Amino acid sequence: MQERRVLTDIQVNRSLLSTVLDTPNWYWPVVGALSIIVGGFVTTIILMITFGLGITGLNRPVFWGFMIVNFVFWVGISHAGVMISSILRICQAEWRRPVTRAAEVLTVFALATAASFPLIHMGRMWRFYWVFPYDFDRMIWPDVRSPLIWDPSAIFTYLTGASMFVFMALLPDLGNLRDRTTGWQRTFYAIASLGWRGNPRQFKLQFILGILLSGLILPVFVSVHSIVSWDFAVSLVPAWHATVFAPYFVIGAVHSGVSGVVTMMVVLRKLFKWDDFITPDHFDALGRLLIAVATAWLYFFMLDLFFGIYGGESRELSVMDQRLLTMPWGGMFFLIIVLGYIVPVSAWLFRSVRRNLTWMFVLSILVNVSMWLERLWLIVPGLQNKERLPFDWGVYEPGLFEIMLVVGSFAVVCLGLLVFIKLFPLIPVWEEKEGQLFQAEIRIGKRRVPAIIRE
Amino acid sequence: MPKRTILGVYQKPDDVAETVTRLRQAGYADNDFDILSGTPYPEGTFGEKVAAHRLYVFPLVGAICGFSIALLITAGTQLSYPMVTGGKPLLSIPPMLIIMYEGTMLGAILATVMGVIFESRLPRFDLGVYDTRITEGYLGVLVASPEEKLGYTEQLLRETGAEDIKKR
Repeated sequence: MQERRVLTDIQVNRSLLSTVLDTPNWYWPVVGALSIIVGGFVTTIILMITFGLGITGLNRPVFWGFMIVNFVFWVGISHAGVMISSILRICQAEWRRPVTRAAEVLTVFALATAASFPLIHMGRMWRFYWVFPYDFDRMIWPDVRSPLIWDPSAIFTYLTGASMFVFMALLPDLGNLRDRTTGWQRTFYAIASLGWRGNPRQFKLQFILGILLSGLILPVFVSVHSIVSWDFAVSLVPAWHATVFAPYFVIGAVHSGVSGVVTMMVVLRKLFKWDDFITPDHFDALGRLLIAVATAWLYFFMLDLFFGIYGGESRELSVMDQRLLTMPWGGMFFLIIVLGYIVPVSAWLFRSVRRNLTWMFVLSILVNVSMWLERLWLIVPGLQNKERLPFDWGVYEPGLFEIMLVVGSFAVVCLGLLVFIKLFPLIPVWEEKEGQLFQAEIRIGKRRVPAIIRE
Repeated sequence: MPKRTILGVYQKPDDVAETVTRLRQAGYADNDFDILSGTPYPEGTFGEKVAAHRLYVFPLVGAICGFSIALLITAGTQLSYPMVTGGKPLLSIPPMLIIMYEGTMLGAILATVMGVIFESRLPRFDLGVYDTRITEGYLGVLVASPEEKLGYTEQLLRETGAEDIKKR
């Protein structure tokens, strides 16, 4: 797991701080293009606030459409970030160094984007504070027995924890940037670094912080998507009311999230020429992880179907009939299985594919297309009431506004990442230097192999 | 007696280890000097002793506070306006546990972060004697020296390989 060149501290600084200290030619045009799309996203929200949710394809009985699909999808993407980072930190995996921060930052932006969708979906989003117990005069409190109250508490905890994780692990690098910049930038980094000087005590506490926060955030990560799944599972909508939903959603989130991290790492390596830091070994390891995760996801995916069918309850069977045998849902089922499991896992079985960046990029995109479709496939058919008398049937036809929200959400996350990259290093410089320090080679027979020095 | 701060800037870790030994021989206590670096060297590389910390208390206290606040919100709000909905009990334990769990974890996370900041002796807006080369691979040995030993300490740092000396 070590194919890296040995670099000096100055070379590591130059490579990893270049995103902050220099601006590549493509940066501002890409930021401009993304800003235009984000502008469209914001305009859509303003129009929805002005004219009401009626301008979307949502109508009785289908009240949960693309916005909730997007919410579940982005919560899912946010999951793998902290999961990968935490597990690798706790296990002290040497190859974690270039991956952790990018994964954590993806978590923060994906989760913030996810959290915006229930707000948009509320219609009157300026009343979001009603979920807090604020009304001491009239004592009208939120109902803690409702999953719509559990959701904000879980997401708030996760977003706070993930943001704190990113900020605290940034402190040594902020100190580094303070030393490399002048003028207002120096002032900004001096304040942000809180006066970091880098003595042994501070580094020791950084190490303990990484382990402690990882241990605290991992259970939160499991709870968040479980709670998101209970938004559905505690309702009485057929095919949603399933006990398997919590682990099913969590593993689905990990599947899409790890794939999202792979996509991001390929793009970053290509854009910033980080060949010395993000190596084919990283993709090989993530590819192997994805085989296990995808197989677990398929198990729960099928389990959910079998639970519905085996129960023999007529409303469940009717929804399953829609999902499997009626277009477009039947075709979507086929796509979900093929793009989410058969194609990627068959390919990941080959080492050459796992180490090929183009393949990994394409496969990770396919997985996320599949996972987005899966959320749509899970949410909408149950709401269309096709198991009832026809007067109550509904068909969901998403309009232009919803499509704009989907496209806009991707732009928001990409723009957030680009802004972060311009302000902060996306690969932890101090951890990379530690990796260089611990990197040594020993000769065994006729080979030189890496020796990782660990206490 | 007033103390002045003197910083020796080194290139090699071995020189810093030697400096730490010499400073101890010269009568300096462990809390009279500090080592600055841009890289986290394994603990004890320079023979330094890191003072004990109480970081582990913070998440525990945070978790207790978070749990208590969440219990207050979930139980207190329902009891203060006792309205039965859907025939469910007023204090329905499973949903309360969800909010209490999140509250506990949030308290523990926030307290951990505060604990690290406090135990790291941050924020510190005056860096004191410092050299920006420290984040480029150099090492700094920072000594709090009595005024009358300043010349001797500077000489000691130079003898052990300091490339540059800064004082305040």
